[in-house]
Amino acid sequence: MQLSINGEAYTIEALDVRTSLLDLLREQLGLTGSKKGCDHGQCGACTVLVNGRRINSCLTLAVMHEGDEITTIEGLGTPEAMHPLQAAFVKHDGYQCGYCTPGQICSAVGMLDEVRRGWASNVSEDVEGAPQLDDAEIRERMSGNLCRCAAYPNIVDAIREVAEA
Amino acid sequence: MKAFEYSRAASSQDAVASAATAGARFIAGGTNLLDLMKLQVMTPEKLVDISRLPLDQVEHLVDGGVRIGALVPNSDLAANPLIRKHYPVLAKALLAGASGQLRNKASTGGNLLQRTRCYYFYDPAMGCNKREPGTGCSAQQGFNRILAVLGTSEHCIATHPSDMAVAMRALNAVIHTLRPDGSERAIAIGDFYRLPGDTPHIENVLEQGELITAIELPPAPAGVQIYRKVRDRASYAFALVSVAAVINVQEGRIASAALAFGGLAHLPWRDPAVEAALVGQAPSPATFDAAADALLQGARGYGHNDFKIPLARRTLAAVLHEAVEMGA
Repeated sequence: MQLSINGEAYTIEALDVRTSLLDLLREQLGLTGSKKGCDHGQCGACTVLVNGRRINSCLTLAVMHEGDEITTIEGLGTPEAMHPLQAAFVKHDGYQCGYCTPGQICSAVGMLDEVRRGWASNVSEDVEGAPQLDDAEIRERMSGNLCRCAAYPNIVDAIREVAEA
Repeated sequence: MKAFEYSRAASSQDAVASAATAGARFIAGGTNLLDLMKLQVMTPEKLVDISRLPLDQVEHLVDGGVRIGALVPNSDLAANPLIRKHYPVLAKALLAGASGQLRNKASTGGNLLQRTRCYYFYDPAMGCNKREPGTGCSAQQGFNRILAVLGTSEHCIATHPSDMAVAMRALNAVIHTLRPDGSERAIAIGDFYRLPGDTPHIENVLEQGELITAIELPPAPAGVQIYRKVRDRASYAFALVSVAAVINVQEGRIASAALAFGGLAHLPWRDPAVEAALVGQAPSPATFDAAADALLQGARGYGHNDFKIPLARRTLAAVLHEAVEMGA
């Protein structure tokens, strides 16, 4: 099976069909940036981008992603050249332990793209109009990413700064 | 997770042929199925991957309705201009469910087939007639706060968890399927789900290998559309009570009403008596109370979930008040 991860082509020779995309990334390919929190789609720590869309990598089978383009936290930036959201999380201290952070940042990248495409949310005044990304919107749209350290105010600050840039 | 055989369907015909044998299941988004497989609540022997079939379009029909491909992701359906403009109750219900990540993966057909989130269904150590027929219902004497108060049986008090399906019930959706023998059928959503009775493990009328290919909505009905969801958290939680409403007020009287309810029953609940109590009446607290009486006359609480009965009454009244104000 072939797939692209962070712009690199990978050929997977042996794959148990039970393997989640998250376990493929972490256990077979050594890309341990994506984290396993709950393994049931409840915490968002495993969030990655598949063909540009954010999903929970724990709740999808790797074998279903042949030919897909996967982006993980490792593909967004490096310590020397951080993604704007990574830089904003550092600046605003958008974490304590950091375990949820890769998922938070991948999720925020996908979320900002959804806003650019004009998708409404559950707190949008009107489902037809273009959304205005205020704090209530950021919180609603990021509700699939839990932070047990409760760094939420700083996470919202970091995302808002990048959204407004 | 138990071992299973995996195959990717090349066409809808190929999919239904591959899934015709007992123990086979379709997988699309997988967000509910894989969750349950990890817990061994569901242990299919074979997964037929339908995720790449060309069933991902939303089409405007000549009669003014829409045809939604079964594989349209929940996010895309909520963002679709036709749905946002003509069926806002459906867009709102979709956006009230799950998280951004899950909506990006979950399919329209799969959402209809979500399994209950009853704690006892999810725990293989506990008796559950839905998971394993004949093992009893641990929920009735257990922690049943999130469970059903309408249409229950001594065998099961589970609720259907979907928000989307509640809106679709109010909109009279029709579910289109393909069967392994090649025949197609169209099932009104009101005929699609089953009450638990003494077979709570059979949740709908689909046969083994029958594939949902599309969901059609008739032309949008006249009136104000509302989806109101009451839950324990402001976001990312299942409904305790939800109401999907399409209410048309003309010259001071309710000309038509479609009302469906989530969080109360084994299926997205709709009761013609509720609508009959409203149609032709002038909107008033007494009218709204009569509608709630009709809804809740057969309601039964199981202790922890008793609160759902007054909560349903108040939520219905709030929705009707809002509809009258919006329609005025």
